[in-house]
Amino acid sequence: MKYARFTLSLIAAGLLAACSSAPTTEGQGAAVEDRSGATGSGVDANRVVAVNADAKYGVANHPELTDPKNILSKRSVLFDYNSFVIKNEYRALVESHAKFLVAHPKMKMLIQGNTDERGSREYNLALGQKRADAVKKALSLLGVSEAQLESVSLGEEKPSCSDASETCWSANRRGDMLYSGEF
Amino acid sequence: MNLRIPSFLQSAAPACLLALASSLAQAQLAIEITGAGTNRMPVAVASFEGESALPRAVTDVVRADLERSGIFKMVELGPGPMGADAPVDFGRVRSRGADAVAVGTFSPSGGRYQVQVRLHDAAKQVSLGSQAMVMSPNQYRTTGHRISDFIYEKLTGEPGVFSTRIAYVLKSGARYELQIADADGSNAQTALASREPIISPAWSPDGTRLAYVSFEAKKPVVYVHSLSTGQRNVAANFKGSNSAPAWSPDGRRLAVVLTKDGQSQLYSVNADGSGVLRLASSSGIDTEPAWSTDGMIYFTSDRGGSPQIYRVPAGGGDAQRVTFEGSYNVSPRPSPDGKSLVYVSRNGGRFQVTMLDLASRQTQTLTDSSKDESPSFAPNGRMVLYATEVGGRGVLAAVSSDGRVKQRLSVQSGDVREPAWGPQPRN
Repeated sequence: MKYARFTLSLIAAGLLAACSSAPTTEGQGAAVEDRSGATGSGVDANRVVAVNADAKYGVANHPELTDPKNILSKRSVLFDYNSFVIKNEYRALVESHAKFLVAHPKMKMLIQGNTDERGSREYNLALGQKRADAVKKALSLLGVSEAQLESVSLGEEKPSCSDASETCWSANRRGDMLYSGEF
Repeated sequence: MNLRIPSFLQSAAPACLLALASSLAQAQLAIEITGAGTNRMPVAVASFEGESALPRAVTDVVRADLERSGIFKMVELGPGPMGADAPVDFGRVRSRGADAVAVGTFSPSGGRYQVQVRLHDAAKQVSLGSQAMVMSPNQYRTTGHRISDFIYEKLTGEPGVFSTRIAYVLKSGARYELQIADADGSNAQTALASREPIISPAWSPDGTRLAYVSFEAKKPVVYVHSLSTGQRNVAANFKGSNSAPAWSPDGRRLAVVLTKDGQSQLYSVNADGSGVLRLASSSGIDTEPAWSTDGMIYFTSDRGGSPQIYRVPAGGGDAQRVTFEGSYNVSPRPSPDGKSLVYVSRNGGRFQVTMLDLASRQTQTLTDSSKDESPSFAPNGRMVLYATEVGGRGVLAAVSSDGRVKQRLSVQSGDVREPAWGPQPRN
């Protein structure tokens, strides 16, 4: 998909017409996703209105969140078997996301907890919730507002791999961090 | 409550009860008997008078039902129909070894048929009763199941479950379908199709609605789905996860698991999502509630360290621990009479369906499989339906409450999981 970039000032009027929330100071020169496929020649009111009002707070406006060279592109925290404690090796990752969320208070994050496939689906859903909650709690302690965070569980339902092996099970004991625009 | 249904679901949801038989040939559940009772009663079902004029043989459905139950041994009588009111040649019936014989008559009546069925005790040579019904030719399966229910009840003293339906989730590739089928696996219909998982279907006590958890919103949300219209509403979509719906016996409320106040805990809501109340509190996980007819709610909790089964009065009160053996006992379902409990127990790495007699505290492992999940009782309490794995594929299986009779339901391709046995149909 092609992304046309427009400066916020050019389309501010259109956005204000499209949503009631005030523009923020964040996202200087931020891009708005263009779903028409056109290259950025001319801004017409229809196209701007069609853009999701939340998109300016979404991942599309923050290339650092998807840049493979940036730590913020890493979104998964893996857990040990039967454990809900964030391991030291993920401290820097969680801190980076906390810093980003504090700096961008309009950005929201959905944290999805996951488990391996063994045992009851509903009990696993509850265990996945504990993993998501552990990530959420760590982010909260680092100053992220409660309103920016939602922790949910996918239990064993969305495995990242599906072999009945320890390698696979450990990959599925995980918390994933999704930003606005990704859920 | 307002609900936004993704566009790909808008077309699927209202299609709920349309017959999709042609497109479902691949997805048809095939039933296989893998174990039977030791002392099966020999029973004969004669060809019924007038049956040869029907497009499909009703008595074939009856014989298959009774054989599958695992408590009857079908005896062949040979050709020659036997009418409901004609004298029975008991010598012939006894010589074939049958203890009971069902006879009947189909009489055409304005495009439909009057059906008269009579059951005889072949040893005492007396009628055990008769039943009359009306059918159109395309109702041959439904009619067969009703005849089976009549025979079963006359011979065992308990209601049959041949006319009931089951719900389950079929996963093929990345597609999830919530399906409803007859208890013998035939006549499967899709109530909901989604690209995201669907789990934990639960029948309303009157059989008209299903509650379930769908992940179509990238998180677990509880919906209530009306089967006749395909209409659905959100029953629980609070911040966090919403799961494990279980109906109250009066069909008005749902016990659900919410994380809106922290860890997974038990609440109840009205079926329309209003009136949320907390049911219990603990410092651990509380989940998988199941309402019993004795006014208790059974559930899984790890408040004591390992997941075990507890119960709490539905009206509030202290929780009481129910299971003590082993370190993993989950997914409790009380029997319809409230006297026993079925659940999944981990025994040395194997997850198996286990029965607990609540009065005697005796437990019995009902299966020899190792990945059992989601047990649910037939409405007469005689069979337990559950999900398990055979050859790496998800299948459904049923076992009698004494562990003897065993059946398996599988599809040609795809995984079947999350079964729930529906209630008796209300006529």
